[in-house]
Amino acid sequence: MDTASEAAPARGRMTARRRRRLVRGVQYAVIAVVVALLAAVADWDRIAQSFLQFDIAADMFPAVWIPFWNTIVYTVLAFVFGMVVGVPIALMRVSTFAPYRWFATAYVEVFRGLPALLVLFLVGFGVPQAFPGIQYPGGVYGQVAIGLGLTSSAYIAESVRAGIQAVPKGQVEASRSLGMSHTRTMVTVVLPQALRIVVPPLTNELVMLTKDSSLVFVLGVTASTMELSKFARNELTDTANATPLLVGGLLYLLLTIPLGLLARRLENREDQR
Amino acid sequence: MTDPIVRISGLRKRFGDNEVLRGIDLEIAEGEVVCLIGPSGSGKSTLLRCVNLLEEPTEGAITAAGHDMTGPDADLDLARRDIGMVFQHFNLFSHMTILDNLVVPQQRVCKLPKAEAVAEARRLLAQVGIEGKERAKPAQLSGGQQQRVAIARALAVKPRLMLFDEPTSALDPEIVGEVLAVMKGLAAEGMTMLVVTHEMAFAREVADRVLFLDGGVIVEQGPPAEVLTDPKTERARTFLHRVLHPAD
Repeated sequence: MDTASEAAPARGRMTARRRRRLVRGVQYAVIAVVVALLAAVADWDRIAQSFLQFDIAADMFPAVWIPFWNTIVYTVLAFVFGMVVGVPIALMRVSTFAPYRWFATAYVEVFRGLPALLVLFLVGFGVPQAFPGIQYPGGVYGQVAIGLGLTSSAYIAESVRAGIQAVPKGQVEASRSLGMSHTRTMVTVVLPQALRIVVPPLTNELVMLTKDSSLVFVLGVTASTMELSKFARNELTDTANATPLLVGGLLYLLLTIPLGLLARRLENREDQR
Repeated sequence: MTDPIVRISGLRKRFGDNEVLRGIDLEIAEGEVVCLIGPSGSGKSTLLRCVNLLEEPTEGAITAAGHDMTGPDADLDLARRDIGMVFQHFNLFSHMTILDNLVVPQQRVCKLPKAEAVAEARRLLAQVGIEGKERAKPAQLSGGQQQRVAIARALAVKPRLMLFDEPTSALDPEIVGEVLAVMKGLAAEGMTMLVVTHEMAFAREVADRVLFLDGGVIVEQGPPAEVLTDPKTERARTFLHRVLHPAD
């Protein structure tokens, strides 16, 4: 190391190590300047007044826990629906029976292509209008499970399909050579491995759903069925202050960041296999 | 003699324009150990994989272990129970424990109750010399151990015939022996075996018959002492010379 750093200046140039250090130093300096500028330019009193009113934040509790809980419930319901529909769709996507593939492809293209909001409207208002007698199980909860779950199932189906195709062919051959049928092989050998492979993208989907649950307000929710975004927005209107948005945002992060950490841990665990 | 356990006639296999097998006729008697040798691309693995129909023949008829594999009413799931297969890369179910690799096929295929399946799995693992690894995952075992488990798994569904597709080619040289030893034991018990291999010493010692394949046809066959020591065809001579004296 020493001989190298001595030899290089002899050629009248910086060593690679000194050059790296200089570049790194410049980057830190730029960041420091930007932060300092922002700090100087921003009107901190104004910002604090808009976002950091502690009494307003305190007033949101404990009422905020109901919409917080609803956000979790909507997310979980939609995810469960998405899995229950998405996994069979994924299996149809890789089926040897062509009509299954056609149907699954059409399904995925439609529900991946339509905005989640539009699907929610369709489920909440379009379908009841077309079929007047229809009753969703669980009322708004059923509507949300289906409305958000349909979109989610398309994404889940694509993830699971990728996972199925990532399972080594030798696993299928070994299973078939033991006399297990195609279906049995799928259920016992391929799907368990595929689902392990797609845990990271599925966690990602769960995070997306947590945020998409903010669309539920379009169905017209009451105080007991309200989710977090709607609640925060109502508070914003009532107090004419942005602090509720900050609180609501932090509560979303309270859900999504642990999910992200969990995903990373599961990913690492898979790497070790 | 009784009916052959494998009968292949007029077998051809094409992958696109590439004809890998160009007319194979082969009969294997019950209890016979047959080694398939030949240069890479000669079609030996394809031939093996046609026997249990992992590859579908383009032409020809195959019966194996009493099942008409190529007939219109073939029940391949039923037939494959009777035809065990061991792969070059082991292909143990990576999400299951070693024990479950043996137990689940017995439960699912042979409909055995769990307790019986576990007892049989333990017996087979002991037979291939795997002890104390029941709860381990395949990735925690060495290649040689994995391949021995794979043999035990194939035996778990009680096959009458075993196919080996280059079972030692993915192993480090010093652990090839432990797998070959298990295979020798199996041959000694009278199992019918069809083995694609590059282990000439194994073929010489264990095989009843050696087939030399090249260009999708059986070029030469006979007892190992003849085929391996004194091949009649030039192609077999060249191949054997290259395999036995790689440094020349």
